[in-house]
Amino acid sequence: MKKEFTPRITSFLCKWCTYTGADLAGTARLQYPTSIIPIQVMCSSRVDPVFLIKAFLSGSDGVLIGGCHPGDCHYETGNYHARRRFAIVKSVFESLGLESQRLKLSWISASEGPKFARVANEYTEEIMELGENPTRKNIFL
Amino acid sequence: MSSIVIDTSASRKVKELLRFLLDSGKIDAAVTMRKIPENNSYDLTLITDAPDLDEAVPVIPVMTVNAGQVLSSISTSGKKIAAVLKPCELRAFVELVKREQGSFENLLTISYTCGGVFPLELVKEGQIEELLPKYDKTISKGEVPINTRDTCRACEHFIPMNADITVSVSGECESGKGCVMYLNTEKAEEFTEGFGGERSEQKFDPSLFQKTLDARLAEKGKLFASITKDGPGLDGLLDLFGKCVGCHGCNSVCPICYCLLCDFESANFDYNLPYFEEYLSRRGALRLPPDTIFFHMGRLTHMSFSCVGCGMCSDVCPVGIPVAAVFKKTGEKTAALFDYVPGRDVEESIPVMVYKEEELSDIG
Ligand code: SF4
Ligand code: SF4
Repeated sequence: MKKEFTPRITSFLCKWCTYTGADLAGTARLQYPTSIIPIQVMCSSRVDPVFLIKAFLSGSDGVLIGGCHPGDCHYETGNYHARRRFAIVKSVFESLGLESQRLKLSWISASEGPKFARVANEYTEEIMELGENPTRKNIFL
Repeated sequence: MSSIVIDTSASRKVKELLRFLLDSGKIDAAVTMRKIPENNSYDLTLITDAPDLDEAVPVIPVMTVNAGQVLSSISTSGKKIAAVLKPCELRAFVELVKREQGSFENLLTISYTCGGVFPLELVKEGQIEELLPKYDKTISKGEVPINTRDTCRACEHFIPMNADITVSVSGECESGKGCVMYLNTEKAEEFTEGFGGERSEQKFDPSLFQKTLDARLAEKGKLFASITKDGPGLDGLLDLFGKCVGCHGCNSVCPICYCLLCDFESANFDYNLPYFEEYLSRRGALRLPPDTIFFHMGRLTHMSFSCVGCGMCSDVCPVGIPVAAVFKKTGEKTAALFDYVPGRDVEESIPVMVYKEEELSDIG
């Protein structure tokens, strides 16, 4: 039963690295699940914590941020800032006892098509184990 | 640095100092708590004329507004100001200065070892004066007064950080007997030059407050546990914030929330017909006003690492949500990620403005 649902993973992918990596996975015909819903952002640091929270409370089963590897940011330091903000959101989730596994950050470069496919597959599986996000059905949120 | 022995009550001595500073022209204005004789209440007041100090009560366990918040707008006026601040107000001001929302340049800060403040409810009912004798006795014994704000009882930063002048009013003395005014900076020495009173070389000794610290830490443990050990979880979160009426009072009194246009009050949260239609097409029902939990979680990620635990937010909440306890508990965790203590050092950047290349290696 649990395995039947198709997770929705809202994915904020940076234009320069991870989004391009996802493209590469596509052109290389690597299989990855349809659960990934990509949203292109100019930089991983464009992802305000409230984007993650909004996606979570709106029923996303997982929320993924993809950015350039540390040191490789197109804007030099954006991903370092993204990493700090992500750590803060995760810590807020943990402190509130929410499932912080529903948040993920991954560094995937433009040339790492296979890594993108692998992360997409593995994260989808992890989310399927976790089941549907209870926020999906809660009208209170 | 020297100190001044206090021969009267701490509050009276600080008032004398403010009067001296105004009379001698060393300051243009003083910021202090003041009694409103008409209704037995108190307010924070900006005073430029010495006679208006008559009703001032600089040391009083009442916080009607976090003084750090109001100082931010007046500290850059170019006027010389002496402000009597509770330790968390001073820390809040430090956080604001880091955000370029204030300046220490023309400011003399006077703070004191704080026993915690009473909720505004008790102030409103005019009960403070009745409560004071017991309060003074309790704090002089290093114990925690029962009816103060919950985050005050749980506050371990009751010794001022970075004040020009520290007045010890709890722990080592009973209010009114043998308190000491410690001059911590050159600025303090300069401003108090010519001010009477017996000088001594006595140094501030934090170890005298160990008992208070232990008692506060024990209270903190209890307070945090009351929000449940591993956090409330989704259901608990609904319980906790479910009563929220979305007034945003908590953020308007929060000294850290300085943004002139808060994201949550911007057009991003302009709920309109298309928003409702889209939402309802997915869920079929929508709680109104929308996004109250979102608002709290957003604020937690945006500023909790700078929360000074002043308790203003809980105190103004019309539906009794323990906002401050949640923010203090969560804030300690978010701050600890970066070994950050809000208000500790004005030179220390807020965690979201800086980064280290080698850190948080478990992420990504
Ligand atoms: S003051 Fe209370 S009711 Fe108003 S927004 Fe804050 S938590 Fe909600
Ligand atoms: S969140 Fe509440 S307790 Fe923390 S600084 Fe703001 S008003 Fe004070």
